[in-house]
Amino acid sequence: MLEIIIIGTLKVIAVVVVVLTCCAYSTLLERKVLAYMQHRLGPIYAGPWGLMQPIADGIKLMFKEDIVPDRSERLMFMLAPIVSFIPALLVFAVVPFSSDFSMFGYEIKGVLSDLNIGVLYIFAITSLSVYGLVLAGWSSGSKYSLLGGIRSSAQMISYELSYGLSIVGVILFANTLSMTEIVNQQASFWDMFIFRQPLAFLLFLTCGIAETNRLPFDLPECESELAAGYHTEYSSMRFATFFVAEYGYMLAVSSVATTLFLGGWQGPFLPPVIWFLIKVFGFMFFYIWLRATFPRFRYDQLMAFGWKVLFPLALANTMGTALWVLLTDSVN
Amino acid sequence: MNLDTVIFIVSAVVAVFGATMMIAQRNPVASVLYLILSLVAQAVCYVQLSALFLGAILVVVYAGAIMVLFLFVIMLLNLRGSEDLGQPPKALSRFTKYTIGILMTLELVFIIKGAPLKAMATGLIGKAPDGFGSVEQVARLMFTDYLYPFELTGVLLLIAVVGAVVVAKSRKPGDPEETQTEETAGTNTNEAGS
Repeated sequence: MLEIIIIGTLKVIAVVVVVLTCCAYSTLLERKVLAYMQHRLGPIYAGPWGLMQPIADGIKLMFKEDIVPDRSERLMFMLAPIVSFIPALLVFAVVPFSSDFSMFGYEIKGVLSDLNIGVLYIFAITSLSVYGLVLAGWSSGSKYSLLGGIRSSAQMISYELSYGLSIVGVILFANTLSMTEIVNQQASFWDMFIFRQPLAFLLFLTCGIAETNRLPFDLPECESELAAGYHTEYSSMRFATFFVAEYGYMLAVSSVATTLFLGGWQGPFLPPVIWFLIKVFGFMFFYIWLRATFPRFRYDQLMAFGWKVLFPLALANTMGTALWVLLTDSVN
Repeated sequence: MNLDTVIFIVSAVVAVFGATMMIAQRNPVASVLYLILSLVAQAVCYVQLSALFLGAILVVVYAGAIMVLFLFVIMLLNLRGSEDLGQPPKALSRFTKYTIGILMTLELVFIIKGAPLKAMATGLIGKAPDGFGSVEQVARLMFTDYLYPFELTGVLLLIAVVGAVVVAKSRKPGDPEETQTEETAGTNTNEAGS
């Protein structure tokens, strides 16, 4: 019993540390990739290739003054960054990052918790993520923040449905909700769900970008209209927490996309963890690439796109897949 | 006292606390937040009863979707969120209020008396059968024994959707708030759909 607790605790700590490090270095990745795409160099002074930049940023933000506006709802203003950050971490509890392996004579599972409703768990957690943004917007006592908060709640609600429906196709094929089981079913290259459910993959990716408030769907925080939206009034580490949370969500969506559509840790030659990281950071690169390429949507375009394009497509995909499964009875 | 009991007591207390605070708050946004707290604590109770699927769905649908809409509407209508609502309208007479209150308290007492509290506290209720509360089992029940209630619920929600669209569309054309109307229609559809 004690062994299980110790191994579990160590695994949780390891995953949290790795995720936080990845968040920090994703910021550097973003700045570097953006810079090269725009014929700049990006951060170069802090360490070789600017590798110490995230640490320097962190230290700088920690020593900044922590300002709480007079007109804000104090308690909620302080809680909001934490509320937005925690769900991003919780997602990783069910993401299988490796096959089972043995270390120091112990058999260790490659996932923190193999929940048999893993996919639903992820939905439950990510659907709570919007509250951090909404609370921040509401409690700041500022017009820009409030508009950012309202926008984000409208946007999340609009894209959540298509987001959920896009996964139903995969679940219908996989016939399970367990993340580990879904990865196991994608053992060979052509078994990956990206080939069996290409439309669902595109929908998931699009809605995932909208859910994480990234360009071209970053309406809640667009600088030109809302002066950074929900986090206008934040400074110091509270601001940094929002920042880390955003990257945490990007990593979470990338990990879930990897697990559901790209076969998770499956891959030849290299160790499973390495494959997993390669795929996840492939998605992260894609995110940054999008940011460098596309302008922002207009707000009504965003709503129309969500309800009139993505949602019908997601419904059609779900019904088509269900019909296919019923007719071919591929499950049995 | 085993771990299950501790978790149950904590989540039950949090659920009741959240529900109480929800009706005790003057600020509607705070009420919504307490309701969310209560819902999440209830989800923990469901999970403890081996109803994993139900617990997850409770969070996804109620805490994650419907409450976001509540918050959205409250924030749109009452932009100065810290302003209190003032005196509630006196729709019910004092007699009706007290009668309903007493009846509901009696109901609560009967439910608590009937509940196997002791068995729950000592963990004697026993383990749920294999696969209880799993997605497969819930789905099988829903599409066999409870097919008609399930379909009727769907029709009911559809009626709500149609009603919402009709209400939202009933403004005159050329209204300056036309775009606003469209947005509300979309949101309402979603509320009923989720």
